[in-house]
Parts: sequence; structure tokens; C-alpha cells
Amino acid sequence: MKDILTVKEIEKYYGTKSSLTKAIDDISFSVKEGEFIAIMGASGSGKTTLLNCISTIDKVTSGHIYVGETDITKLKGNDLNKFRREELGFIFQDFNLLDTLTAYENIALALSIQNVNASEIERRVKKIVSDLDINSVINKYPYQMSGGQKQRVASARAIITNPKLILADEPTGALDSKSSKKLLESFNYLNKEKNATILMVTHDAFTASYASRVIFIKDGKVFSEINKGSGTRKEFFDKIIDVVTLLGGDVNDAL
Amino acid sequence: MLCKLSLKNIRKSFKDYAIYFFTLILGVCIFYVFNALESQTVMINVSLSTQKIIELMNYMMNAVSVFVSFILGFLIIYASRFLIKRRNKEFGIYLTLGMGKRKISKILLFETIFIGVISLVVGLTLGVVISQFMSLLVANMFEADLTNFKFIFSESACIKTLIYFGIIYLVVAIFNVVNVSKCKLIDLIQSSKRQEEVKMKNPILCTLVFVVASIMLGYAYYLVTAGASILDEMVMILIPISLGTVSTFLIVWSLSGLILRIVMSVKNLYYKGLNSFVLRQISSKINTTVMSMGVICLMLFVTICVLSSALSLKNSMTQNLLTLVPVDIQLVKTLDRNEGSQILIDDSKISIVDTLEKGGFSTSDYLKDILEVTVYMTNDIIVETTLGSYYNEAKVKYPMLTYSSVESFIKVSDYNKVAKIYGNDEISLSDDEYVIVADFENWANIRNEALKLGTTINILGGEYKPKYQECVNGYLYMSGSHINTGIIVVPDSALDDSIREESILFANYNADSDEDKERIENMILDLDKNDYISNIELDASSKISIYGASVGLGACVTFIGIYLGIIFLISSAAILALKELSESSDNKERYKMLRKLGTDEKMINRALFKQTAIFFGFPLLLAIIHSVFGIIFCDYILSVFGNEKLLASIVMTALILLVIYGGYFVITYTVSKNIIKD
Repeated sequence: MKDILTVKEIEKYYGTKSSLTKAIDDISFSVKEGEFIAIMGASGSGKTTLLNCISTIDKVTSGHIYVGETDITKLKGNDLNKFRREELGFIFQDFNLLDTLTAYENIALALSIQNVNASEIERRVKKIVSDLDINSVINKYPYQMSGGQKQRVASARAIITNPKLILADEPTGALDSKSSKKLLESFNYLNKEKNATILMVTHDAFTASYASRVIFIKDGKVFSEINKGSGTRKEFFDKIIDVVTLLGGDVNDAL
Repeated sequence: MLCKLSLKNIRKSFKDYAIYFFTLILGVCIFYVFNALESQTVMINVSLSTQKIIELMNYMMNAVSVFVSFILGFLIIYASRFLIKRRNKEFGIYLTLGMGKRKISKILLFETIFIGVISLVVGLTLGVVISQFMSLLVANMFEADLTNFKFIFSESACIKTLIYFGIIYLVVAIFNVVNVSKCKLIDLIQSSKRQEEVKMKNPILCTLVFVVASIMLGYAYYLVTAGASILDEMVMILIPISLGTVSTFLIVWSLSGLILRIVMSVKNLYYKGLNSFVLRQISSKINTTVMSMGVICLMLFVTICVLSSALSLKNSMTQNLLTLVPVDIQLVKTLDRNEGSQILIDDSKISIVDTLEKGGFSTSDYLKDILEVTVYMTNDIIVETTLGSYYNEAKVKYPMLTYSSVESFIKVSDYNKVAKIYGNDEISLSDDEYVIVADFENWANIRNEALKLGTTINILGGEYKPKYQECVNGYLYMSGSHINTGIIVVPDSALDDSIREESILFANYNADSDEDKERIENMILDLDKNDYISNIELDASSKISIYGASVGLGACVTFIGIYLGIIFLISSAAILALKELSESSDNKERYKMLRKLGTDEKMINRALFKQTAIFFGFPLLLAIIHSVFGIIFCDYILSVFGNEKLLASIVMTALILLVIYGGYFVITYTVSKNIIKD
């Protein structure tokens, strides 16, 4: 399988020369097509900065990020926007749904800004809505939905454009455990059935245990990396907890 | 320290304050310019009668300024409250840090003072500059020569502006302090988190309301145009006004729900680019701003009507004069009195020329083209009588008119002499015919109905039938406008001296230059102090005085119209702009989200433009539709002053609208663009 995402020796500094903060200090890794990766780390470990750089919301200080063949650190202006809307799907901790639009319209918006015609939009939205089991809420406004429903609508919006890569930033951060579980099962579904590549940032071991590979970050560096392999989710969860313990209890709210 | 903080605050939130500043400066500037008119009118050379009008205008300006200061006061309070609300979080932080409410009030006070001083200085400077140009307009309006153009600074207007705006700022400061002292910390901190519920209106109800409102509006339109004749009672005019007002609000309310529904059903349009986002934005806003949208729409409507009517009034008033005042002077005296002093009774038996001569005024030296005619009246014949069988219908149709006034008669030979110097058509009559001369269109129309019925008139034993089925255009008494409600011309044999009522003298001044004419005019005016003539009641209408009064009145109305129109325009545009700007900062997050989804900057700007344009355009469009009918109605009411072509003034109005309203639109769009960028 080919690499969908290659992060190569990236660094990200904040501040001036006199007071330099290294948010990311030489990180490299790659993600293959159809992988479900979790990035774990404590607050301030640089995981969100990493995600922001990959999602082109932030710029790296040095190094390269390739999505497919494209070096996205070289993209500018409208090419950047085009790349973002066509190649990436986003899922945020606080859902980021437009509160004035219904669920259906929120999902459709991702397509309409790509100038897809209305009948095609309708067909695709209907499909994804039934796949993610959110039929009952499509005509509701965000304020009428539960957190879990909102996040699944956001997932539908992220996947509907058939992006190369789905980026999720603490997707379960604002959800209760039941909703989290349901959302993560949806992620699994998207990953297995739709062959979606997902890169998820989290500090929650339970959430991370749904991934196929977990990368741990500490102080802007890759600390370690573990694979799920052929074991069960429970076994993988225990493995994650072990690493978290090793990390020094920084991830204190692991469960 | 506090001072520094408030200065920093202003500088920091300058984006939010830009529109506020702009409005304040504009308000101060216009207030000064129009109040400084007084000192400009002093400069120009005008006749005595025009000066009287100018005095009246300055007096009215003062009254209007009080009204304007109230409007501006409300606007400024609204705007400042609005800006304070935007900073709730900031105040919340101050309070959590332990800063007292008193200190926050102080910060606000400093801010108000800073903003007040800056806006006053800039506004007054701008006002002084603009008022120099106003001198030209003033001179032009009063048709005076601007002989000595010089730089004018009106101290009184300046002081007045300072006082009025000082009071307004004081009230604003008090409001702010009260606001701050009332608020709770929890509300301040959470104020940005509150989410508005999006309610879809019931489409059936919306359609129903829309249809009802449209019918109401249609009827109101009908009333002020085709059905305007029904509106003769002052109270009746309230019907279309209230219908129009209510239906405006209803239309705004129903359309805000309907438009969304309609566009949503056109899927290819709705799901194109950011259209769904834009529409939802607007409809969520209109939901909560029906009231202000309606008010703005009505204010714009008033602005357009006032401006276009005021601008045309001056022209039509002066245009009319050329035909309405053909001779230099007209004197009127009552004949055959049997009451009053002996000298009055005696004098009422002689002609006006004789009266003047007796008073020592040489008519042959100072006057030329003298013509004296007699008007006859009898208490037996009133308007009711001459309308004949049509009277009953007229009374129902136009209940406000007076039908009991006595009719005036003139011999056809006399009338023809007058018609000749007036340049009107001469009349020939058979022994049993009469003709009515009128130039007041509405009255002429009523009389025409009676004439069509062949209504006969009995006078002094003879019976006369109408020669024509309609009135002949013309008049006897000079005046600044078409107000002759009807004079009946009958054969010479029909009248005799027993019913003599008035003598009218027409004459031109025996002079060539304007100065000489004015000298003679002043001599005639001075006759009031003459030993003999001071006892006599002699009414004079002169070309110079009518002209001066008309020109002055036209200019006066025009100035006040422009003043009010512009203030209304600024107010409505400012409210819209503030609303839209606050929306933009509220929507920052939404736009940020759109960017994260990968929307092009161009697409976002276009969406913002559409949103702003619709927000500004919607009330304007409705106001323009209103105005089409409103202006027709104004034109109808003002037809007394002559029907001038409104086109020029409508173009002027459109220009003013474009500059001020368009200016606010451009500023709003530009500032919004900046707000959503970061």
C-alpha cells in the first residue's frame, strides 16, 4: 500500500530568537492508505500543532509534509484552500457545525463549495447519512442535537468529499463515554468499509485504542509508537496504558 | 491609568467604532452646517419680504434642530449601547480581576469624552468647510447675488452644536454608567456563548400574512394615487399611512420566512457555493430584526419622499410665478361699505385710483397700464347654489370643502381686459350664458361636474346656462400659486351696481430698472402711514413681494427637507451598518470554519458581499416601491404649487442616497471583511 501522508523532519518554532519555544522538534512518520492512526500526548506535547501543520492551518518552520505526491508546505493561497477542501476532511473537538444550518445543509456545504450540483449532493448526502445512522437528525439544527449526533454529522461532512485523509482533533473530547463509543465505531466503519485514512489526535487512551497504530509524542518529539497488530481492542488498550504509564503519568486523565 | 486603558480600548476596537465615529462626525457636521445657515443668509442681498421668510426659516431651523437632536441622540445612544454590548466580555474580565463597577464606569466616561471631543473637532472642522459651499447654495436658492463671498464661521451655530452634542454625550455617558451598574458578572462572561434558536416560520402562515399585507399595501397605494380624491379629510390620510406602516412590518416579517423557503425549494440555487450559508445567515438575522428593518424601511421611504418633493418644490414654486404674477401691483378695495368710520364709507364709493390720488400718490407719475375692474357678489349665491344638483354628491365625496362661501362675479368685458394683460384667453358670451374661470385643479374638477349637468345660475332675475362643460383656465387675483377656486364670468347686462363688492386695480410701475421699481413699491408700502390712506383698507399684492415670498418659502422648505432627509438617511444607514458589523464579529467563528473547510477567500468575500447587499438592499427596495406611490401623492398634494417635472429632483435624491447610503454600505462591507479576516 502506498503512503498517503509523509511527515519529514518537520520543526515548528514559536516566538523570537531570544525566547524560542519548540512546539515540534524534528518529527517524521508516514501513514499508509487505509490506516487509522492515533497521536497521543499530554497537553502541550505538540500534538495539536502537528495536526494544524498537517491540516495546513499552520505552517511548519522547516521540513516537509507530503499528502500523496503534493508537498503541502509549498502550497499557497487558493491552492491551499483547494487542497483543503478536496483532499482533507476535518473533525473538531467542538464539532464546528454552522449553527444556522441544518445537519443536512452542513453536510451538503462541504460539497457545494466544490461546486457539485444539487442532485449529486442529494444522492451523496443520503448515502452517507444512512451509513452513519444519522437519518433521524438530518433536518435538525445543531442546537437540537446531542453532542454525539453533532460529531457524527461532522464526520459525515468530513467524509462526504472522499478526502485522501481525515483529520480528527480530539473528536471525543466533548462527548460522554456512550457517544464516544458510537462515534469511534463510526470511525471504524469509515476506516474498514470506506477505506478512509484517519489521523486522530487524542489524549484519551480509550479513544486511541480504536486506532490501528498509536504514535506517542512528548515535548515535540516522537516518544514511541505501537501497533495494534492482530490483538483485540482490549489488549491494545492495555498496551497503550503501559506506554502512558511509561510517559510518566503525563496523560493523567487516560481513563 | 484608566485614561490610558480607555484610549487603548478605542484604538483596539477601532474597527467596531469606525461606523460610530463616521456617524458622529456626519451628525455634528450636518448639524453645524444647517444651523450656520442663519449667518449665511445675513450676507446675501434680498428684498424685505424674502428677509421675513428667512427669519421664519431660521426660526423653523431652530425648532427642527431640536427634533433632529432627539433623533441623533437616540441614534448615538443606540450605537453606543451596541458597542458596549460587544465589549461585555472585556468588562467581565475587569470585574473578575477585581476592578469595581465605578472604575469601569470611569473608563466608559473617559471613552465617551475622548470620542466626543474627537468627533466634535473633526465634525465641526468639516462642517465649517462644507458650510462655505452652502453659501453658494443659499444665494442660489434665494435668487440673490453673492456679491461679497467671504469665509464665514458661525459662532452661534458652533456653540449650539457644542451644547446639543454635549448634552447628547452626557446622556450617553449616563446610559453607559447605568448599564454597567445593572449588569451581572455571569451575564458579562457568558454573553458570547448564548446561541440564538433558529426558528422556521410556518410557510402557510407566512404566505397568508404576505398576501394580506400585499392587499393592504395595494389598497394604501390605491388610496394615495387613483383614489386620492377620497382623502380630503385630514383624518382620512391616516388610513393609508397606518395601512402602509402595518403592512410594511408584515411584509418584512413574512418575506423573511418566505424567501428562504422559496430559495430552498430551488435546490440548484440553494446548494450552490455558499448560498445556503448566506441565506441562513440573513434569515436568522431578519427573524430577530423585523422591527428595525421595518423602521428603517419606513425611514428611507420618508427620506426619499421628503428629499424629492423638497428639491422640486422650490423649482415649481418659482416656475409658476412667471405666469402667475404678470403685473407689478394689484390693489383690492371693498366697495359700498355701510359700516365703519365715515371716511371709510365715503371712500368705498370711489375708485382706487381716486383713493390713491386723494392720498397724494400720483398714479400717472408712478403707474402705467392702469386697469380697474369691479367684482360683484351677492349673499344669495354661494358655491352650494352654483353646484346645483351636483352639490349633494360633492358634499358626500368631499366633505371637508366649504360650500357656503359667496361666489364672485365679473362682467365679461372686464374679464377680457384682465385676460388680455394676463395673457389668458378672452371669452365671448351670449346673453344667457356664463363661464367659470378657475385654476385650482381640484376645485375646477368639482365645478366641471356641475357644468356638465348644465347647472343654471339665477342672478338678479336673469337665468344663465353654462357655455362650456368645463372651467376656463384663468384667475383674477395675483398669488404665488394656482389657488383660484372659481370666478363666474357673466354678460355685462347680468350685473348692476347694487351688488358691487370689490374694485381691483392692476398696474405696472412706471420704471425700467429694478431699483426704481423697488422705490415705487416702497412708496406704495409707505402709503400705510399716509394721513388719508391709513384709514382705508387697501390690499396690495405686488410682483416683488409675491416673488420674494415664494422664492423664500420654496428655499425654506427645501432646506428643511434636505436637513431632515439627510438626518433620517444617516440614522437608518447607521443602524443597518452597526447591526451588520456586529453580525460580522459574531460570525467570525463561522467564517473561520468555512475557511477550515477550504472555502476560497473569494467565495467568502462574495458571500459577505451578498449578505451585506441583501441586508442593505431589502429595506431600500421596499422603500423605493413605497416611494413611487408616495411621490405621486406628494406631487398631488403639492399640485397647488404647480406640477413641475420631478425627474431632476428624483435624480438628486438618488444621488444623495447613493453617496450616503452607498457610503455606509461600502464602509460596512470593507470593515466586515476585515473583521472576518482575523
